[in-house]
Amino acid sequence: MTLVPALIVAVLFSVGVFLMLQRTLTRVILGLVMLGHAANLLLMVVGGRAGKAPIIGQFVEGEAVADPLPQALALTAIVISFGITAFLLALAYRSWVLTHDDEVEDDIEDARIAQLGEQEFARWWKRSR
Amino acid sequence: MSWLLVLPVALPLLAAALATIAYNHRKLQRAIALTALTALLVDAVAILVTVERDGVQSVQMGGWPAPIGITIVIDMFSALMLLISVATVLAVLIYAIGQPGADRDQPVFHPVYLTMTAGVALSFTTGDLFNLFVAYEITLASSYVLITLGGRREQVRAGMTYVIINLLASTFFVVGIAWVYAATGTVNMADLAGKIAALPDGMQTALSMFLLIVFGIKAAIFPLFFWLPDSYPTARMPVTAVFAGLLTKVGMYSIIRTQTLLFPENRPSVVLLVFAGFTMVVGVLGAIAQNDMKRILSFHIVSQIGYMLLGLALFSVAGIAGSVLFIFHQIPVKTALFLATGLVEESTGSTALNRVGGLVRRTPMVAALFMLSALSLAGIPPFSGFVGKLAIVQAGFGAKEYAIVGVSLVVSLFTLFSMMKIWNGVFWGTTEDPALRLAAAGPDARLHTPSLMTAATAGLVAITLAIALFAGPLYRLSERAAQGLLEPTEYIQAVLG
Repeated sequence: MTLVPALIVAVLFSVGVFLMLQRTLTRVILGLVMLGHAANLLLMVVGGRAGKAPIIGQFVEGEAVADPLPQALALTAIVISFGITAFLLALAYRSWVLTHDDEVEDDIEDARIAQLGEQEFARWWKRSR
Repeated sequence: MSWLLVLPVALPLLAAALATIAYNHRKLQRAIALTALTALLVDAVAILVTVERDGVQSVQMGGWPAPIGITIVIDMFSALMLLISVATVLAVLIYAIGQPGADRDQPVFHPVYLTMTAGVALSFTTGDLFNLFVAYEITLASSYVLITLGGRREQVRAGMTYVIINLLASTFFVVGIAWVYAATGTVNMADLAGKIAALPDGMQTALSMFLLIVFGIKAAIFPLFFWLPDSYPTARMPVTAVFAGLLTKVGMYSIIRTQTLLFPENRPSVVLLVFAGFTMVVGVLGAIAQNDMKRILSFHIVSQIGYMLLGLALFSVAGIAGSVLFIFHQIPVKTALFLATGLVEESTGSTALNRVGGLVRRTPMVAALFMLSALSLAGIPPFSGFVGKLAIVQAGFGAKEYAIVGVSLVVSLFTLFSMMKIWNGVFWGTTEDPALRLAAAGPDARLHTPSLMTAATAGLVAITLAIALFAGPLYRLSERAAQGLLEPTEYIQAVLG
């Protein structure tokens, strides 16, 4: 194995994580796509050295053959992430239609409870002084 | 015999296809879904009986022998989970059919719901790590659709969080599988059991912790639970109920399966005990702070996961048997609580504690159903929660883990407290700011709940009561499941031959 694919995996992972930490939905989705690519490439790297296509009759005994399993796994993972990404994009579009904004919204109920807590604290602070 | 094992996945998928074809014929869709899930329930019972009589059952897909092909394997643990899940899924389906509007304006509901059932069944029955990933994706992809069905604003917001966090976990899962494959050259779980044991200690710990994080996100254990109380309450009630009952438990199932089968010599007891404690405490404290039935119950999902983790962390037959029994009781109880909450919402139009009140006079049936499930959740004898908790607590005493057992008992008390908070707010007393339908109905008017919804909820509550009633035989089955998990030779033999 060479260092290059491993480095690419590392770069894809860091780019993906950076994008995921952004507040804009489109970037978060792009980050997820990057992470997905990184994981799939990792599967390929894991398969070991490249070799002949593992088709019966196409190689002679003892010859180096590529490991077919990681390729099958990566293929499955790619199809799945393709479908989910399409769904996510549709959801992001829906979010934009509803809010005219591409930012991740806050949880309203959470904010309300935090506010209640602050009020309670303020009251307690006043009384205790 | 082998077709019996494949049916839990094949049948709902086939029914989902048929329901898609019957896109605009709601009655036909309902008939298909009901028939499929009823047949599945019969199948699940047949599987449990077979496993009880003949031990672990397995079948190789496509006839390829074990480490190469995909294996479907069902031991006692899988059979128990399968049975209770199918029963719960069926009850929620009936509830959804009975709810005005739940499936009527949503032609995709039935196909997606059936697909999710297939995904859950596959996660319980697969013997292959990558196939487990596929099962998760089937379940999750359907759940993404279900949670955003309707496309209201808060649904889209919460659904986004849900999809992104689960997608992240799935990506981690792929990475975990890549590492496992790199280290061992196989993804068949029975094959892995032997091969991982031959790896260096550090490598084993790394793999085990990484898989724990992956499944921990799905199961919502501390500190990976933040997405759950935020996203679950926004979906339609039947959807929230079935998620609450099943999805986190699928994650828990995978944690128990992988930690016992794949890492038999490397048991992260202390880590799991600490996480179990924090999951219980943080979940229940979160629940106490909330003021809405759905959100309170969502935090309790997290809290109860801690108990299951606690039973596993002891890594003894008694502990894991307690966990299995506890999960078996949690699935219907949690679902029943959410279904009862749905009845409150259906009859009053709100689930906020300060907007609803005095329901014990208006809908006594709903009040009774909620009370029975709430007492069961809190673990009051003689209900089913008591039996599960008792088994775990006894195992904890047996292992001399007094601190964590103490924590679990205190958490039980808090659970009871927050159930009483719901009871006082919603079912007793009156309210100054009544929900619309309550105000219109007048001070003491009886409220109407659709009878099919009530019947489905009552059916689930009856199941929880039956669990308490047949706790003895169930515990013996759980004990057998636990023995099979801790001494997986029979499982490995059934797969590898």
